[in-house]
Amino acid sequence: MTKPKIADLLNEPGCEHNHKKGQQGKNKACTQQAKPGAAQGGCAFDGASIALVPITDAAHLVHGPIACAGNSWGSRGSLSSGATTYKMGFTTDISENDIIFGGEKRLYKAIAQVINRYHPPAVFVYSTCVTALIGDDLDAVCEAATNKFATPIIPVNSPGFVGSKNLGNRLAGESLLDYVVGTAEPEYTTPYDINLIGEYNIAGELWGVLPLLEKVGIRVLSKITGDATFEEIRYAHRAQLNVMICSKALINMGRKMEESYGIPYIEESFYGIEDMNRCLRNIAQKLADVELQQRVETVIAEETAKLDVALAPYRARLKGKRMVLYTGGVKSWSIMSAAQDLGMEVTATSTKKSTEEDKAKIKQLLGKDGIALSKGNAQELLRVIAKTKADMLVAGGRNQYTALKARIPFLDINQERHKPYAGYEGLIEMAKEFDRALHSPIWQQVRQPAPWELVSG
Amino acid sequence: MTTITRNKKSVAVNPLKQSPPLGAALAFLGLKGIIPLFHGSQGCTAFAKVLLVRHFREAIPLATTAMTEVTTILGGEENIEQAILTLVEKAQPDLIGLLTTGLTETRGDDMHGILKSIRQRHPELDSLPIIFVSTPDYKGALQDGFAAAVQSIVTTDYGQPLETQNFASQQQVTILAGSLLAPGDVEEIQEIVEAFGLKPLIIPDLSGSVDGHLDDDYNSKTPGGTSPSQLQQLERSLFTIAIGESMRPAAEILQQKFGTNYEILPRLAGLAAVDKFLWLLAQIASYKNSGFLEPRQSRNCDWQFNPQIPSKYQRQRRQLQDAILDTHFYLGGKKVSLALEPDLLYQTSWLLKEMGAEIQAAVTTTKSPLLKELPIERVTIGDLEDLENLAEGSDLIITNSQGKSLAEKLNIPLYRMGYPIYDRLGNGSRCLVGYRGTMQFLFDLGNIFIELGH
Repeated sequence: MTKPKIADLLNEPGCEHNHKKGQQGKNKACTQQAKPGAAQGGCAFDGASIALVPITDAAHLVHGPIACAGNSWGSRGSLSSGATTYKMGFTTDISENDIIFGGEKRLYKAIAQVINRYHPPAVFVYSTCVTALIGDDLDAVCEAATNKFATPIIPVNSPGFVGSKNLGNRLAGESLLDYVVGTAEPEYTTPYDINLIGEYNIAGELWGVLPLLEKVGIRVLSKITGDATFEEIRYAHRAQLNVMICSKALINMGRKMEESYGIPYIEESFYGIEDMNRCLRNIAQKLADVELQQRVETVIAEETAKLDVALAPYRARLKGKRMVLYTGGVKSWSIMSAAQDLGMEVTATSTKKSTEEDKAKIKQLLGKDGIALSKGNAQELLRVIAKTKADMLVAGGRNQYTALKARIPFLDINQERHKPYAGYEGLIEMAKEFDRALHSPIWQQVRQPAPWELVSG
Repeated sequence: MTTITRNKKSVAVNPLKQSPPLGAALAFLGLKGIIPLFHGSQGCTAFAKVLLVRHFREAIPLATTAMTEVTTILGGEENIEQAILTLVEKAQPDLIGLLTTGLTETRGDDMHGILKSIRQRHPELDSLPIIFVSTPDYKGALQDGFAAAVQSIVTTDYGQPLETQNFASQQQVTILAGSLLAPGDVEEIQEIVEAFGLKPLIIPDLSGSVDGHLDDDYNSKTPGGTSPSQLQQLERSLFTIAIGESMRPAAEILQQKFGTNYEILPRLAGLAAVDKFLWLLAQIASYKNSGFLEPRQSRNCDWQFNPQIPSKYQRQRRQLQDAILDTHFYLGGKKVSLALEPDLLYQTSWLLKEMGAEIQAAVTTTKSPLLKELPIERVTIGDLEDLENLAEGSDLIITNSQGKSLAEKLNIPLYRMGYPIYDRLGNGSRCLVGYRGTMQFLFDLGNIFIELGH
């Protein structure tokens, strides 16, 4: 990976982190360095894996020592409706010898073995800190292997030490742009073809939304990358519209596909009634088809009416319940909007990874008493929960035990979640989960002191 | 004598092994008030943390020096210094366990020099022990990193114990608890040792930190485990019992450093293995004189020798014998394929063999002297693809949760052992050693076969 390329990605103009703030605030969130001793996030390799591993029929080969793949393979929450090759762990598991003499030969042989035994339609090859440091030429090995095996072998230059998970997402996007998108043609196209970008089908969320799109007559040409086949990403350049889902992570794909193929992009969310409605309306509007717009309105009317009935009992039980929300970027307001649909109150939310645009929305949704958290280590979160008398914490899996150990109800909203919350059906699922978490009979037990602890001594 | 095969592949498919830094961090987690600090890219810590959090379902305090491309090339001193100072400021750890990774080992940071100069610049850190261990990702597996960390733990100087401390009149025994032992196993060992009137000094003691218990306050460092003041008492131990062959080097260090004699128990499951442990404890407990013990010469010694086995364990032994009778119908003749780290592989495969089962295939992660002595002709240092190729036709597979898909593919039941176990609860309290734990293991397996109608 060349330095200028990384600098370009960090200055991605499609990302609002990078403008509207004058000289001073420029690039704040994208280029900020992880702090030794305090950082808790993943690395660029982690980010690249999150973005690409959901491609179900490809093999994902990690060129590095055992830590990178050995500690992480098979643990991603993306679901597949077909192939399961993506769930396998492939790594060159390099040894000291490879470090001394270079790992390129081993990598080449590894690619050959993966192809001979598993016949994937493509292999994504990830560099890691060690193989980048010793100077293995990933691009050259992949090119040689592509020619030899007549299979696309795609280099992903995302060694952990170049930056954050977010940067890794974008590096993954670059690999798709450079090596995959535009290399094949779809069987046919329609004026209603869209791509979904940044949706990884965690817990099968995509499956709650695809039927809706189908119902109104929108065809998803390429899913980038949740439950995707390698082939469908190759012809993504034939879509009419790119829909970026809840994520700035692959924003470079949206912007560059607009530049190269003239495909406009919009940023949407699938969480909550309002966002889902807006998403459908915006797609229909961008595709500029009156009939489609009418069908969207019909479906929205049907779905929201059904939803009002289904949610009524939960709304009654959840009304006025208070939560602290700690997640990243778009989700800090999209989940807030979903919670408010259910009559719940968000007393604090994070703005750590949010853009100026996100922050404006957060401000609007929070009201005057809400707290915008700019940082949130465990102690800080617990302090805010206590201060705002919140009933629960809604956050990523990393904070699950922050809440549970403090005997506070918790709902996982990030990558590791097990339930799909997207779309209209997803909101019902979310309501059920809020209800279960808040009204479980266990809270009283785990907060109850032992009889002998009550004896004043 | 078992033949050791190394797979000649250039690619590991569905890796069995985890990284040595993960193992070292796990060992450090058995000390009280510690934060393990990975000197590497932030992903090194994040992946290890996610794995341990999912396995134990606990908050796991791990930190990173957050190396970047630039700091790697320039050298990591500044990042290490900043990380230590930040941890001290934010979490006030009693100990820091500093470990290297593939990245910083490839770069070749002079860790001892760096630590020395940090100490010179920051005398305020004088009272903070920093346990350092070198664990390049590209050398060995979890078990190796764990063992290396235990060696560092027993090598590090924790200062003199305060004179005012009241040393119990009980006789102290050091237990080196290898990576084959889960927190529940360590707790069982502790109870057994205490039942003999001995005071166990367990290194590392995972049963205090990742056993799964609810504390009153939020912990940004480990809430339990072996404390620094206990570590100061190391030289007072009468004897070292090392559980797991991989603990041998640490036991040797203690012998050289303090003259403490040791015995290696490569396993602690199975009737004979537990008998041996209890008999050893009985001998140590009955030794009334001060000084060191030579257990093998016990019969020739002139000191008073009157071994007593607590009645509880005499009874448990009879219960285990009964369990062996009840379960042998189900286990006898069964073909079992295992993929486990060497120490755990040795313990489990011998126990199965002693129950009349056959070991069909054995796959492991790293080198060990035990690999030559397994109850099978051939052992493969390899991955789960190797296990898949070897396990066909067996009645049971024993490996970590990652074996699930191959077990389903081969339509063979899976019994989960090792790290990680993502899809079972209770990994913090499960006990599979001692008489009681052995019984549990036999019942677990027997029930699997009953369920299948075998």
